Amino acid sequence: MSQVFASGNGILARHGKAIKEGMRDGVPIGAGYFVVAFSLGIAARSAGLTPWEGFVASLLNNASAGEYAAFTLMAANASYLELAVVTLIANARYLLMSTALSQRFSPKTGTLHRVLVGFDVTDELFGIAIARPGMVDPFYSYGAFVPALSGWSVGTALGIAMGNVLPARAVSALSVALYGMFLAIIIPPARQNRIVLGCVVVSFAASLLFTVVPALAGLSAGTRTIVLTVAISSAAALLFPVSDEELQHDEEDADAA
Amino acid sequence: MQHNTLVYIAVMSAVTLSVKILPLTLIRRPIKSRFVRSFLYYVPYVTLAVMTFPAIVQATDLPLAGAIALIVGIVAAWFGASLFQVAATCCVLVLIIEFLML
Repeated sequence: MSQVFASGNGILARHGKAIKEGMRDGVPIGAGYFVVAFSLGIAARSAGLTPWEGFVASLLNNASAGEYAAFTLMAANASYLELAVVTLIANARYLLMSTALSQRFSPKTGTLHRVLVGFDVTDELFGIAIARPGMVDPFYSYGAFVPALSGWSVGTALGIAMGNVLPARAVSALSVALYGMFLAIIIPPARQNRIVLGCVVVSFAASLLFTVVPALAGLSAGTRTIVLTVAISSAAALLFPVSDEELQHDEEDADAA
Repeated sequence: MQHNTLVYIAVMSAVTLSVKILPLTLIRRPIKSRFVRSFLYYVPYVTLAVMTFPAIVQATDLPLAGAIALIVGIVAAWFGASLFQVAATCCVLVLIIEFLML
């Protein structure tokens, strides 16, 4: 394996290190996706999808809340327009993530790389790409896509084909893998930057509030995420605008690395 | 009217992929506005924090197991554990706690 990455003048020789790092970071994501996709497959099965159809839907969408909402609508024989609108709302946060990523791409990066990286923007894959210092390396993302997309699509197909065969204890334990990854992404910067730490604490509190207050708890998880993201990030940007030096500092760290 | 599953899949995929790909391909220049730049700087932390809590406590069969995984995960990440280490620690903790208490 390492020989393949070390030899030759092709893509692997130039980008093997980034691809390998991406695959390494993508493995826990793929494992977590597999479990979530498995339960998603059960919803797809109720909507009448075959394992192949579920595989294709998950390969092209890779969006848990969005797909779950879509499968539920399919089961209810909703109109195509309804399906489009609900998918748009459930996935609206990816507009923000894709925009944030656009600011971390080198202007020289071509359209094909942008389309391919955009193809698999998810909460987790966005998180690990943006957590790396400096400009986004598309090849790091491609490496991470392999285990992530495999786990997601195969998990959905198997969920449709086999229903729930994993023991309940394993499902429960694996269900926190995604959240553990989120913590590993947000906590180290929060330790270094008090404003980021404040944002994390306020986000936790607001999210809890939106879950327990009856008038607010009716919002779907996707809507809650986008409402709170826009509100809290706007407030932080107004109260604590980030200086150009800070943003440049991030980029210099990357150049030194 | 009965709808076609493949058309359903085509519609949901077209919407999802547009949302994910269009900003990345259309926005080619650095955004000048200091507010927008700051906003985008904070977005990933806020989004991931909102999605983590209280969802982690609701994801496990025993809420206490999720809560302990949250606290230990924060401590481990604070002291520099890797992505994989934090994720694995949280899973193993839930497995052990639920094995002992359920």
